[in-house]
Amino acid sequence: MITRRSALLGLSAAWSLGGRASLALAAAPTERRLVVVLLRGALDGMAAVSPYGDPDLLGLRPGLAGTEPGRPGGVLDLGGFFGLHPALAGLHGMYAAGEMLAVHAVAGPYRSRSHFDAQDYLESGAETRLSSGWLNRAVGALPGRTGALAVGVQIPLLLRGPAEVGSYAPQDQPAPSPDLYARIADLAHDDALLGPAVTEGMRDRGFSGATLAGMEAPARGRNAFAALAAAAGRLMAAPDGPRVAALEVGGWDTHAAQAQRLQGPLRGLDAGLAALKDGLGGAWAQTAVLVMTEFGRTARVNGTGGTDHGTAGVAFVLGGAVAGGRVLGAWPGLAADKLHEGRDLAPTTDLRTVAAGLLTDHLGVPAAALGAVFPGGVAGMGGLVRV
Amino acid sequence: MIRFGLGRRAGEALPEDPAAWLVQQVEAPDPAAFSPGLPTTADGLTVLREQNKLTLPPNTSLVRPLFDQDVAAHTAQLLTTAAPFRERLVWFWANHFTVSTRANGLHAVAGPFMREAIRPNVTGSFAGLLLAVMRHPAMLMYLDNASSAGPNSPVGKNQRRGLNENLARECLELHTVGPTAGYTQADVTEFARILTGWSVDLQRLFPGYLFRDGTHEPGTKTLMGRRFGPGEVNGIAALDWLARHPATYRQLATKLVRHFVSDDAPPDAVAAIAGVLRDTEGDLAAASIALVHLDAAWTPLAKLRTPQDLAVAALRALDLPADKQPGLGAALTTLGQPLWTAPLPNGWADAAAEWTAPEAMMRRIDWSYALAGRAGDHDPAAVADAALGALLTARTRDAMRGAGSRRDALTLLFTSPEFQRR
Repeated sequence: MITRRSALLGLSAAWSLGGRASLALAAAPTERRLVVVLLRGALDGMAAVSPYGDPDLLGLRPGLAGTEPGRPGGVLDLGGFFGLHPALAGLHGMYAAGEMLAVHAVAGPYRSRSHFDAQDYLESGAETRLSSGWLNRAVGALPGRTGALAVGVQIPLLLRGPAEVGSYAPQDQPAPSPDLYARIADLAHDDALLGPAVTEGMRDRGFSGATLAGMEAPARGRNAFAALAAAAGRLMAAPDGPRVAALEVGGWDTHAAQAQRLQGPLRGLDAGLAALKDGLGGAWAQTAVLVMTEFGRTARVNGTGGTDHGTAGVAFVLGGAVAGGRVLGAWPGLAADKLHEGRDLAPTTDLRTVAAGLLTDHLGVPAAALGAVFPGGVAGMGGLVRV
Repeated sequence: MIRFGLGRRAGEALPEDPAAWLVQQVEAPDPAAFSPGLPTTADGLTVLREQNKLTLPPNTSLVRPLFDQDVAAHTAQLLTTAAPFRERLVWFWANHFTVSTRANGLHAVAGPFMREAIRPNVTGSFAGLLLAVMRHPAMLMYLDNASSAGPNSPVGKNQRRGLNENLARECLELHTVGPTAGYTQADVTEFARILTGWSVDLQRLFPGYLFRDGTHEPGTKTLMGRRFGPGEVNGIAALDWLARHPATYRQLATKLVRHFVSDDAPPDAVAAIAGVLRDTEGDLAAASIALVHLDAAWTPLAKLRTPQDLAVAALRALDLPADKQPGLGAALTTLGQPLWTAPLPNGWADAAAEWTAPEAMMRRIDWSYALAGRAGDHDPAAVADAALGALLTARTRDAMRGAGSRRDALTLLFTSPEFQRR
């Protein structure tokens, strides 16, 4: 199915055809698999993993704090203090099975609130913009030749660099997210010619008020990420398939009506991660997935029921190889004097230590090579995976 | 660059004097350098002849690869030309003299038609352009004149063949004087008689245009009150007369102003251009330069970009490396304006209303999103500033700044009301 329906570029073509890829891993140095999922647009960490036990939460986020576990629509408990957003039921199942952990109050080493800068720094693994990504440099640091795969239309900076990388994109382009459609419609709204046409066109495509508010995605775009993730899983499951892959998914920039607009993207993420697991099949047991975003969002709700660009957020680590069932990271608290610059969740964990821990303990990158992966060096967080 | 050009290409220098820059493109020779390896009309017709002898499996074509070569060459020209106004004129006149691959055999000659009949004549006299078009096999095949025969010609009498009025009617209605000139059905028929014999010879070594005495209707014909004798030379005279008709100048001026100024062509602008055409006896260079000097032509963003304008402008703005560049030909098919495939002889519409169907707008959005996904590290704000300059609105700038990714920001740029216009 992949060969027929997909445009395959570079290595992935040979992989999917089972052919003689230039990077075919006849003697793959590792059976371990690492997937990095980039959430572009800044996921609100406090919505995804709510610190419902923090006494200051309700005061900061009236209407956005979520409901306590056990009540209808309540968050899914993660051990008595944190709760997972109810749209992440699949992830909660993995947590319960000991296959998922969250790291809270995590942030990269930079303090930019610009999406574009922060995404570049996050992918560079540095406080500046580099010409290669940390995941590519990590692949280069592995002994032997390890296949890496970018899943999507283009190779993200994260995977760009000297090490060879394949890419895979299905022929049917994922459509813009409902949120982006809504922004386009908003931009065109006052235009006498284009405004009505766009609005009508969206209606024809099955967008309702609810889909525009993010309550549900229209059928067309619903499974775009899940389809990509499933394909990535199948490619990586092959014995000579890639061991490292990167995927990305957007829709997180919830400046308004966040309670509604976050539902669709979270459900899509949840379905996508489940599809990745399904695609990997038995290889899931040897897999770790890192889900990360460029920064968190403001601790307070803003004037339009949303949140603005912030600092610390949450990252997820999941997979059959992961020592899950925990929430890691020191919780800084939400009291006024604890917030970063008086507005954001304060970072207590460098996101790079999470990545580094996976690279060394899971993928087998020599600790001595971490200095080249993350300039300046960083110590990996231990105990993320079952060794 | 936006109104008269194809959108600013990334890195393209801004002209110091925009009007002079445009005029210079009209006055200088065509800088386009097409590969000598591209098929000529004779090449296309030769392959078509061979194809006609074969029974091919469905969905196979010998001429299609030739057509694809021309699609590639012409799209590359659109994306890289440094004389975009001249290119716009080429496509304007190609649309005025539409040939479409919806008709049989046209894949073989649509590209050569552009390169041989249209392009060399867009800054010459209209009479010269008209004659080149009317003698080109692409037009003679598309509007069926190649098989038209005078009922009283030798072939007509022996084989009981007759007139086909298609080319004569469209030449009067679309290419020259227009319906307001007051010609009748009798004039159409008489003009079709004049044009009998204007045909295509597929059999000779280098196939091409042929005037066939054997199908030419003998006798004198009367077109719009004017008498023309028999023979090819009188057909040429009839075309020359039509090309210089005041009604033709009015129709051409109206179309030019509608294309370059606004959907509702201002009457004074139309009168000015028609006047230039009349005074110069149809000098298209003079008319093109006069368009540049119309005050009304400098009102920004008065026209909606057609799908072709939009796709070309967006691709020029990004100027992606070849391996990331999506095919413009495929893009135009997606967006509903496939190259040389207009549905009817009147070509692609030039009015916004024809291009703003809801689904058409959705396709623009989805295509923009797909394109933005290939853009890599482009700084969206820099792309926007370079492409639109002062035309970029604060609202679009803000929406782009608030976008969650470069891809979303570029999608917002390409779908913004100002980028959708020229």
